[in-house]
Amino acid sequence: MSNIQGNAHVYGDNIDTDQLAPIKSYMNMEPDVGCKLCLEPLDPDFAGAVKAGDIFVAGNNMGIGSSREQAPMFLKLLGIRAVLAKSFSRIFYRNTLNFGLPALVCPETDKITKGDVLSIDPLAGTVENLTTDETLACQPLPEHLLSMIADGGLLPHLEKRLKKST
Amino acid sequence: MMSMTLSEKIIAKAAGKASVVPGEIVICAVDVAMMHDSSGPRRAGKYLDDLGVPIWDKDKLVVITDHYINDPDPGSVRTQEISHQWVADKGIENFYPEQGICHVILPEKGHIKPGLFCVGADSHSTTAGAFGAFMVGVGATEMTGVLATGEIWIRVPETLRVSVSGTLSSGVAAKDVILKLCGDIGVMGANYMAVEYGGDAVKAMSMDERMTLTNMAAELGAKTGIITPDWVTAETLAAYGADNVDVETWQGDDEAKVARTIDIDGAGLAPQVAAPSNPENAADVGISAGTAVGQAYLGACTGAKLDDLRMAAEIVKGRQKSKNTRFFVAPATHRIRDIAAKEGILKILEDAGAKILLTGCGGCIGLGEARLDDGMTGISSTNRNFVGRAGPASSKLYLGSAYSVAAAAITGQITDPRELLGELL
Repeated sequence: MSNIQGNAHVYGDNIDTDQLAPIKSYMNMEPDVGCKLCLEPLDPDFAGAVKAGDIFVAGNNMGIGSSREQAPMFLKLLGIRAVLAKSFSRIFYRNTLNFGLPALVCPETDKITKGDVLSIDPLAGTVENLTTDETLACQPLPEHLLSMIADGGLLPHLEKRLKKST
Repeated sequence: MMSMTLSEKIIAKAAGKASVVPGEIVICAVDVAMMHDSSGPRRAGKYLDDLGVPIWDKDKLVVITDHYINDPDPGSVRTQEISHQWVADKGIENFYPEQGICHVILPEKGHIKPGLFCVGADSHSTTAGAFGAFMVGVGATEMTGVLATGEIWIRVPETLRVSVSGTLSSGVAAKDVILKLCGDIGVMGANYMAVEYGGDAVKAMSMDERMTLTNMAAELGAKTGIITPDWVTAETLAAYGADNVDVETWQGDDEAKVARTIDIDGAGLAPQVAAPSNPENAADVGISAGTAVGQAYLGACTGAKLDDLRMAAEIVKGRQKSKNTRFFVAPATHRIRDIAAKEGILKILEDAGAKILLTGCGGCIGLGEARLDDGMTGISSTNRNFVGRAGPASSKLYLGSAYSVAAAAITGQITDPRELLGELL
């Protein structure tokens, strides 16, 4: 898995799933349309501003709330390629990794401002802020998840594993 | 033998190990998997079919429809069709369509008992811990992995032990205990942990009340909430038709190590209300008293169990709702609705001006008649009040117990329910 390089979109603590995926965004909408409503209650300009390869940066307890996995799905569909946060809410953390989207615990997200260009090595767990020329420490992903991330998420990982066993 | 908490004992059994320690990552065999119409057939079911593998053990899967039910919206109708079709195709017998909310239906139909390791594709799956089971919430993709393999990885959680002493005062309920905790330790106060509730006040609670505590462990960020089973658990489960209930084996060791202990003075606890838009904005009801509310909603897995309806009836009996406030009651399951009708509780609520809605997640997730209007302030017995959840982003929601919701329905404003029970006179 190669490095991820993109612009940072920076938000605060407790970004909840009702904001990441408001109910109207998935009730009657296909994900490619619904994702345009991602974070609408907090920042209506967010979805339009994301470019492929960008990185979502948050404070503590990222993804608090419901188990709805449209929350990370929408981020991925919009083009987000990694999520950095000081800490994650547990279901969102698992959901994000299950989509093959690296979710990295980075205690120093305060050192990132909106628009900074970041380069992330998801397997090593390092973040370089190319704008400020700083290197930020992240917790490396748990070992048992690295191969799943490398396979692109839980479903491709399962496919590989189940095919191997038959 | 190493001392273990109840959670650790259940995880160890599911992982096929003699013991486990917090922080360890283990693979657990799943005893019960639950999914609903939102996360289930249309998502996890579809992903499984795309993988082209069968369900590992269809007798261990329970499918419940509760999110998009009783709703004419074409997307909702389609979701129900997909659910029925998928369940029929797979020959799943444990299917409960449109009979109530999953976390309440699951124990009510005898699927939960002490010692089971369970997974649910919904964040409030923590509820089942009230019966001494260990149940975690996951997303639909994760559930697909469970459906395919019958296994899930889990990091053994540290335990936060919450002890509630004394006897709760009249007009104070389990909801006030859990809101107090949300206020004290915050919505990430128990991240990744198992919250184990105990103490005299918890031992004295009915299963309905205990379920409120474990349900909202999710609002503390916890992996699950759990309560040591006792004779109340056994009697309730017997009434629900669960077989081979073993309360004695599934007890935690007193000397087991826990990460943190919190003591709550149950006798001194005042009713709690969480201000918009976060459950951790909880404080004594007096602080929010006088705030006008356009809607009072008694609903959801958290706040429309039989005991919740009984509490509300106690408050509204012989009174009339405020003309400025809509008052909705959506019983959590059909069984609860039927018993409440038989006990005369529904009539008391209706006579006070409440409209009884069909069961389902409804107003809690901003669906149906109890969705808040633009700019409206409401109070509800549900679990979350995040911006944009129960209504448009311009609406505001307070959370409280069934007592507090009923009191607000009568006076049209947030009110200490003890005033209506004559406790503060």
